Amino acid sequence: MDAVPLSWYLVLSAVLFGLGVAGFLFRRNIITVFMSIELMLNAVNLTFIAFASRLGQVDGQIFAFFVMVVAAAEAAVGLAIILVIFRNRATLQIDELDSMKN
Amino acid sequence: MAPAIFLVFAALAVFCGLNVVLRRHPIASALWLIGVMVSLAVLYGLLGAHFLAVAQVIVYAGAIMVLFVMVIMLVNAGAEQPSNASRMAQVLGLPLLAGLLAVLGLVIRRATPAAALAARKGTAHDVGTALFTTYLLPFEITSILVLIAILGAVVLAYKEKH
Repeated sequence: MDAVPLSWYLVLSAVLFGLGVAGFLFRRNIITVFMSIELMLNAVNLTFIAFASRLGQVDGQIFAFFVMVVAAAEAAVGLAIILVIFRNRATLQIDELDSMKN
Repeated sequence: MAPAIFLVFAALAVFCGLNVVLRRHPIASALWLIGVMVSLAVLYGLLGAHFLAVAQVIVYAGAIMVLFVMVIMLVNAGAEQPSNASRMAQVLGLPLLAGLLAVLGLVIRRATPAAALAARKGTAHDVGTALFTTYLLPFEITSILVLIAILGAVVLAYKEKH
């Protein structure tokens, strides 16, 4: 029924995760950095669901479900923090948000 | 049939993911990210995880991305200015990324295709049964987590009037 090899899903997941890491490292806008984290979470979810499907177990799907819930909570709090940062500093460039550096 | 669907939507996901990372404007990144999530939802459906495919569209592409777009609109985020303040990421970023992908590739190559442990299909019925029996306590705890997240977001974003 499903002839797609498991490794294809894993490769796609690795590529998407790599893209998320690249965005996290190279982008300078705090919102885009945040979206890169969401991309990485999605890549991990794909791995969970691919293994759950291939092993005939439902636990991987439950894990992916919890990842989704935590991602929603994280997005709400993170975006509120971004709003507060913007209100106080009037910038979204992470280079300028370095008050913890010195 | 399934490999063709996989290839089409995997290519779409990678293309949209590239655009998420490469676009200068945050709103463009957000819209391309919705493309990634929808193509991943199709792949979840292909894997038989129908409940999560629907949840992916409703929760991720619906709720979370609307939140992102709302915040981008609220802070009126323009195109990001290129800066070279972070030398470390530019010098070390690509080698580290190549290293990460190499390790992942090695692991995937060495992963042996395991035999199915159980015959459960992973339909919405199976997921619901597991969620409300084996994983009932974690499920209830997530509701507290979400409540705390709501309170935290409200407290953080609340503007005090002077």
